[in-house]
Amino acid sequence: MSALLKSREAILALAIALLLVVIASRFPAFVTPGNLASVFTDTSPLILLALGQMVVILTKCIDLSVTANLALCGMIAALMNGAGVPLPLILLLVVALGAVLGAVNGLLVWKLDIPSIVVTLGTMTIYRGIIFLLTDGKWVNAHQMSEGFKAFPRAVFLGLPVMAWIAILGIVAFVLLVNRTPLGRAFYAVGGNPHAAVYTGISVGRTQFAAFVLSGALAGFVGYLWVARYAVAYVDIASGFELDVVAACVIGGIAIAGGAGSVAGCVMGALFLGIMKNALPVVGISPFWQMAISGAAILIAIAFNARGSGPKGRLILKTPEVRA
Amino acid sequence: MTAHTQGRVIPDRLTSPLARALRSWEALLLLVAVAIFIANSFASPYFLDPWNLSDASFNFTEKAMIAFAMAMLIIAGDIDLSVASIIALASTVMGAAALAGADVPVLVGLGLGTGLLCGAFNGLLVAGFGLPSIVVTIGTMSLFRGISYIVLGDQAYTEYPKGFGYFGQGYVWWVFSFELVLFAVMAVVFGLLLHKTNFGRATYAIGNNATAARFSGIRVDRIRFILFLLTGLCSGIAAVCLTSRLGSTRPSIGTGYELEVVTMVVLGGVNILGGSGSIHGVVIAAFVMGLVTFGLGLLNVPGIVMSIIIGLLLIGVIALPRLWRMWRK
Amino acid sequence: MTPVLSLRDIQKSFPGVKALAGVQLDLYPGQVTALIGENGAGKSTIVKILTGIYQPDGGTIAVEGRETRFPTAQAASDAGVTAIHQETVLFDELTVAENIFIGHAPKGRFGLIDRKAMEAQAKALLASIHADLEPHARLRDLGIASKHLVAIARALSIDARVVIMDEPTAALSHKEIQELYDLVATLKAKGKAILFISHKFDEIFRIADRYTVFRDGQFVGEGAMADVNEGQLVQMMVGRSVDQIYPKRPAQIGAPVLTVTGYSHPTEFADVGFTLHQGEILGFYGLVGAGRSEVMQALFGITKPSHGAVKIGDEVRVIRSTAQAVAAGIVYVPEDRGKQGAVKGLPIYQNVTLPSLGRTSKGGFLRMAQEFALAREYTQRLDLRAASLDQDVGLLSGGNQQKVVIAKWLATKPRVIILDEPTKGIDIGSKAAVHDFMSELAAQGLAVIMVSSEIPEVLGMADRVIVMREGRIAAEFAGDAMTPENLVRAAVGIEGEAA
Repeated sequence: MSALLKSREAILALAIALLLVVIASRFPAFVTPGNLASVFTDTSPLILLALGQMVVILTKCIDLSVTANLALCGMIAALMNGAGVPLPLILLLVVALGAVLGAVNGLLVWKLDIPSIVVTLGTMTIYRGIIFLLTDGKWVNAHQMSEGFKAFPRAVFLGLPVMAWIAILGIVAFVLLVNRTPLGRAFYAVGGNPHAAVYTGISVGRTQFAAFVLSGALAGFVGYLWVARYAVAYVDIASGFELDVVAACVIGGIAIAGGAGSVAGCVMGALFLGIMKNALPVVGISPFWQMAISGAAILIAIAFNARGSGPKGRLILKTPEVRA
Repeated sequence: MTAHTQGRVIPDRLTSPLARALRSWEALLLLVAVAIFIANSFASPYFLDPWNLSDASFNFTEKAMIAFAMAMLIIAGDIDLSVASIIALASTVMGAAALAGADVPVLVGLGLGTGLLCGAFNGLLVAGFGLPSIVVTIGTMSLFRGISYIVLGDQAYTEYPKGFGYFGQGYVWWVFSFELVLFAVMAVVFGLLLHKTNFGRATYAIGNNATAARFSGIRVDRIRFILFLLTGLCSGIAAVCLTSRLGSTRPSIGTGYELEVVTMVVLGGVNILGGSGSIHGVVIAAFVMGLVTFGLGLLNVPGIVMSIIIGLLLIGVIALPRLWRMWRK
Repeated sequence: MTPVLSLRDIQKSFPGVKALAGVQLDLYPGQVTALIGENGAGKSTIVKILTGIYQPDGGTIAVEGRETRFPTAQAASDAGVTAIHQETVLFDELTVAENIFIGHAPKGRFGLIDRKAMEAQAKALLASIHADLEPHARLRDLGIASKHLVAIARALSIDARVVIMDEPTAALSHKEIQELYDLVATLKAKGKAILFISHKFDEIFRIADRYTVFRDGQFVGEGAMADVNEGQLVQMMVGRSVDQIYPKRPAQIGAPVLTVTGYSHPTEFADVGFTLHQGEILGFYGLVGAGRSEVMQALFGITKPSHGAVKIGDEVRVIRSTAQAVAAGIVYVPEDRGKQGAVKGLPIYQNVTLPSLGRTSKGGFLRMAQEFALAREYTQRLDLRAASLDQDVGLLSGGNQQKVVIAKWLATKPRVIILDEPTKGIDIGSKAAVHDFMSELAAQGLAVIMVSSEIPEVLGMADRVIVMREGRIAAEFAGDAMTPENLVRAAVGIEGEAA
């Protein structure tokens, strides 16, 4: 029991439950299953991006270019739709393109050993710049998109929109990937002890590359979902959203130093932000509060994660003065 | 001492400082700057006009002011991604005060004070509580600008007293704007601080090996805290200049500056992992970026393309030497 | 008997250094071969070649008589070569079973890892080496000895034919070392060929069957342990006989310099008290993890004690930071040279002047001439070998880096110098130089504390010895009472009776 209470996931689940109780005490309509489902659907892109970001962070890297990747792939999806490319092919191509953009990050990190923060700060502006070069800054609006293109994420299947099902599928896939495949375990190994990983035959760079490709492919896919759902594509979509993605991971207890964290934590971190964002207008707080709140949440989460993991003294005495 | 431990004399240096300087990254960068200057002067007849050049300096002066402090912070092994958000918050505080009727000295004081406070907050979290600077400043990046959004929403402050415009629009003498002169003064001050003082030496020691620096009697956390404080202060200075130049404050003010500041620092030869770099490198990098932006502007290249080029520069300056080394092997 | 693994004429160069110049090495099934050599002899390079981390420039590797190559770590592992390292190369966030099977986990449906099978196999492997560990326990919750067991189980899991043990006992306690010896015996009985790398001669003579000696990247000799004695091995290692390793000369012991009373820390040590005199070398002996370094680091202001007082001369000093310690005249030469010693990346002269900048500068501004003068004086006193004072410390050998660290502290004109394992991992030649210098410092009136885990060093150098156990002072010996038996008994506790 005490072990359960000590786990970050349990504390986070408790925090989310508490948040819901507080909101429900004033606005019971917020916690109806229907509304919760729509909050989950709304949070789906964040969940998917956070899962991709999680594996990148596990390998001691960071991907700040995810949302630029998302915007570029989303725009290309919209342009392909305008050119009459069938939807399944569009989906395939945006995932591939996202993976390629992620691979560019990964290659620079792997082959040239450039710190990921520098690489992705750079590609972040480059990818967005490319959207401008492609479109001359013009928007693709709802009326320029086909109905099928826009309808797919919203189509309801077994009571939930496809978007939500995709998030659920993503979560299941990542649980299996991370816990049950050699690559998944390699993410933890590379981040936890890169030196040792080399000795067990795991290539640090190649694993980081794989993480970036995964993160990129997800960003590409979410790019389509985003553009289809909001029925608009332009240079600045999801601009700044990368901070929310990192925030979801940090709040979810993914150690920024790599090697530690879980899918459950990551998803709950995203849900925490999603609930917060959806609850603000309900409880009558201006949406302009959102940025500051997610900033504060990041800081609280880092402080919380660091608690106890700091440089404690070694336990040498048989009867220490204070129990550590 | 007995005779047998009396060791041999080791020469102070094998290469003279001048010879070393000539082979440095900074020397190469200076060549690049000169080349761009010459290319620009051929490309456009308007380039060599002193007033045009002076106007162009606004492209980089505010960012460079932050870059000096950022360079020291990065050399010490930290980073501050919240600088642009500090600008937003400081500008918002000044705007609110201006609306309430504060006069120019109070506004400047508030701008710098907000910068210092934000820097102290970052410094406390990083140096005081030992949290990693990348995530802390990603957090405060949201928090500081988030506060501006709470205050301003989609509004803007546009009422500033008359004399306030001097910092961003005034000229000290002939074509030399206040910002350009301040940039030069800050370059000298930071150059001396990093290269000629005990504080600067400690900064390098921390960046190369913070643990060993601490085991050498250096007050590591105090120095890291001061560096965050300085970065906050410089962001406050930049906020004063930028707000004065634009004459208005929106919560989105200075968005993306952190990227350009970090690019300037890295382009200037500062190792992103800490331990090495110089202020003169950052000064040259500021000129290079300013000249490129100005030159492209003369050729009517849109702003977002320039940001692509800045992104490419950031990756390119680190990637090219590494590619070169790989290719030679 | 044919060797399992046979290396011939292995060459390896790094920019500016010839690390291996045609060495040979043979490992036989069911035998422990000790690889002996000074630091820089090429031992770690050969380990990296054997594990596929480095590629040799020339020479041949043969497994069971067939020539092969290890282009990757995976290839070496596939060929049955595995290594257990100085620092355990395992993963804290993964479970015991995952650590054992990382890279070759049993697969179930859809190619996913079969956890049940993996944990069952892990359990069986652990049982075979009498390790009582839960396969699903997280590694971060285990002690260092248990981690070694996991590493060994891992070696067994890949069906290794060759197990390399690189200083496996460096971080282990007395009891854990005994258990490791038992394990080595188990591995031998299973027919594994073991390459054992250690600096400790007693250990080598105890468990090795054969030896191979390297010197300066060259093969010097090999043979059966039964055919050599310690002196012959030392001679092969250094190429000359070292007769005077402990040149302790009598010093004039003067007034008390440092008095520590009731010194305690919440978790690390309790009620530590002692007095150190001018000209004295005070030894601190104990098992690894007995709290000796922790006491020293608190005295140096790295950690904060909860109780206790420190007096320098007659003056009570509060030490809350390293800067205050230096100001009080206490300096500390750390055990972990790589992390805590020299600031690699900075030139030699800047390392030497780092704590003395207050004296060489004026108004906070650096004065280069004064810096070079100070650095010149002290590096010369320590007989530093370097191309120039402007050279990066990171380019020096370990012994010379240690000299820079000592020079740095002597330049502050300290009253107390604390040396934490000053000769750990240093070759025999440099060892003698450090001991010689330590004696000289004491003779000049400096008060010296020497933390050491090597009994001959403690007995040879110290005027007095304090033994620590589990964070407390267990005993103090001087004069004729300073015997190996007394030290070990005090260190392990009376009930241990292990000496």
